[in-house]
Amino acid sequence: MRSIRAAAVGAVTMSLALAATACGGGSSTGGGSDDSPKTLTYWASNQGASIAVDKKVLQPELDKFEKQTGIKVKLEVVPWSDLLNRILTATTSGQGPDVLNIGNTWSASLQATGALLPWDAKNLAKIGGKDRFVDSALGSTGAEGKDPAAIPLYSMAYALYYNKQIFADAGISKPPATWDELIADGKKITAKGKSPLGAEGSNLAENIHHVFVFAKQHGADFFTADGKPDFTNDGVVTAVKQYVDLMAKDKVIPTGDAEYAQNQSVSDFAKGKQAMLLWQSAAANLKSQGMSESSYGIAPVPVQSGTPGTGAQVNSMVAGINLAVFKNSHNLDGATKFVKFMTGDAEQKILNTAYSSIPPVKAAQSDAAFNTPSNAVLKSTLATSAAALPQVADESQFETAVGTAVKDLFADVAAGRAITTDSVKAKLDKAQQQMPAK
Amino acid sequence: MQGSSGGAVSAEPRRRRPGRIRRIGLPYLLLLPALLLELLVHLVPMVIGIVMSFKELTQFYIRDWGTAPWTGLGNYKVSVDFDAPVGEALLHSFFVTVAFTLLSVGLCWLIGTAAAVYMQDTFTGRGLLRALFLVPYALPVYAAVITWVFMFQHDNGLVNHVLHDQLHLTDKPSFWLIGDNSFYALLTVSVWKGWPFAFLIVMAGLQNIPRELYEAAALDGAGMWQQLRRITLPSLRPVNQVLILVLFLWTFNDFNTPYVLFGKAAPEAADLISVHIYQASFVTWNFGTGSAMSVLLLLFLLLVTGGYLALTSRGRRTADV
Repeated sequence: MRSIRAAAVGAVTMSLALAATACGGGSSTGGGSDDSPKTLTYWASNQGASIAVDKKVLQPELDKFEKQTGIKVKLEVVPWSDLLNRILTATTSGQGPDVLNIGNTWSASLQATGALLPWDAKNLAKIGGKDRFVDSALGSTGAEGKDPAAIPLYSMAYALYYNKQIFADAGISKPPATWDELIADGKKITAKGKSPLGAEGSNLAENIHHVFVFAKQHGADFFTADGKPDFTNDGVVTAVKQYVDLMAKDKVIPTGDAEYAQNQSVSDFAKGKQAMLLWQSAAANLKSQGMSESSYGIAPVPVQSGTPGTGAQVNSMVAGINLAVFKNSHNLDGATKFVKFMTGDAEQKILNTAYSSIPPVKAAQSDAAFNTPSNAVLKSTLATSAAALPQVADESQFETAVGTAVKDLFADVAAGRAITTDSVKAKLDKAQQQMPAK
Repeated sequence: MQGSSGGAVSAEPRRRRPGRIRRIGLPYLLLLPALLLELLVHLVPMVIGIVMSFKELTQFYIRDWGTAPWTGLGNYKVSVDFDAPVGEALLHSFFVTVAFTLLSVGLCWLIGTAAAVYMQDTFTGRGLLRALFLVPYALPVYAAVITWVFMFQHDNGLVNHVLHDQLHLTDKPSFWLIGDNSFYALLTVSVWKGWPFAFLIVMAGLQNIPRELYEAAALDGAGMWQQLRRITLPSLRPVNQVLILVLFLWTFNDFNTPYVLFGKAAPEAADLISVHIYQASFVTWNFGTGSAMSVLLLLFLLLVTGGYLALTSRGRRTADV
């Protein structure tokens, strides 16, 4: 009898315990606290050539932070393919890191979820104020008129990387400044048996970055002024067609690149198989693949005509990484301190040098380390001719929908199908209809 | 609660009841932990998924589900409105998945059964071959499929090297990971991965068929085909019934293979429904529509499974008579 009762009590206790843990799974959605002031979890994006490289770059800095503040930072480097999913899952469950890196183009989308700590004047004052940062970088931290959802950490810009040897062999004396020149140079390079230009046809984000710039150069935007998708206007269609035509009609991008999505075009360039590469801050990546800095040159991305500038002369997106604080953090104070540390002048110099990016912090940017010729191109692009991707809540969906449309168009080229204004428009129309209804 | 306060002072029939409850209740009480775990692991997520499908769970609400507005059947309406792009894409994806599943299951079964039948006779190296056949099934999915990705590459892939460079079967190297050929690439990997399971199960089923049946049939002059048709296949019927069902469910729901093969945006020709739903929810951040599609998929699979079981078991009963 006693044993039966014991068994019964055990069973009930265990089920109660189970039920209790089940209920305890979700956390309150009320916001953060300062319950655990001695630890922080930090999700870093993969900036170096590999995750191991990132750990090697970041760990010494985190140790420094621990020495200064006594706060231990647990680092996890999340690959790009997983980062957005991980953030979404963390948002949904309320269980996430304290501090995290986000692609700056996601700022407005993530801001809309309400998962990130808004950087109002009070919070900004804790890290030295808004004025410490470069304007172009601040333009990609969330929707206009709202408090920034994140703080700029690394800034990057697109540039044209070209192989000096291949250019010399083909008799090209200077890098192309317009698309027409690039196509003409491409013919000379093809004649020498090399492929002219690389692309990542199956990489949705890369596709978006390029067609965004082409659209700017045609005076067009993917969203109307009041934030509605407008993917089928003439300027956008012309822009997307011009990009895909680099493979279809102009033959400067080899059809094989249609299936590239894992930075194979960077490898092709580093191995000397391909003469040109349009990439953001590629120096560290190329170096890690064994390409010496003297063997390639850096020039601004071509424009339709004239020289890079604002408006239709835009030749890059404002690329970069932002640092955000998760609103549910249990160490809000420590998280803010960590952001202050990472965006401090000293850390900015160290980190941006390691990743060959440009510091979005004014004081660090003027340091001599960022005055090399290659950085000069990136810096002047950021300062004069880069534009931020649309800061709308649907930005992330736009990247997927239009990025897929461009991927499908490249697949059509690869399959030998013709690319016409109508076929481009049809794909973009389909993309637009997949966008959330308003 | 009631028993503890009133039990001591109450009349006779009352005192007996707790005893009976204890006697009948104990087994259920002991089952409770397992039941709760089962609820937690299986039923609760399913119910939450179904609840989600009635909500407008977009990026503006995922942080706090409670605030997401109810949409009634809104998500379902969007999913099955086959004239609008979302519904049309879902329908297309559904047909692709059906075609893919039929072909894959058919081929897996055919190859698996053929191999198992040939492996029945003893010969040198049989054990080795059996082990070799099971390798694709034993490999971790990710590692296996990523190897296929390398082999299917346009420029440096092994498949194009053999088909184009060596055998000259194609005019120019084909694209396998994008465009229309992606369907065949997916089918190839799926069959490669799936047939060893069919082989394993059929092989086990064959062990249960008495040798004497074949000997008697041989004495009566039955050839190999007749033995296969009259003895092997009918004896394997119950095994096949389960095998086909399991293969069907696995293949129809397969997520890993297309996801590793094509990434987040699968080509239209190989747009399997599981990846499609993933994209509808995760990539467009609309978990409500994604859940509605999942519920529809669940209903469809339930329907097919129920129909299949009803049909096959009725068929067997009449056959037995």
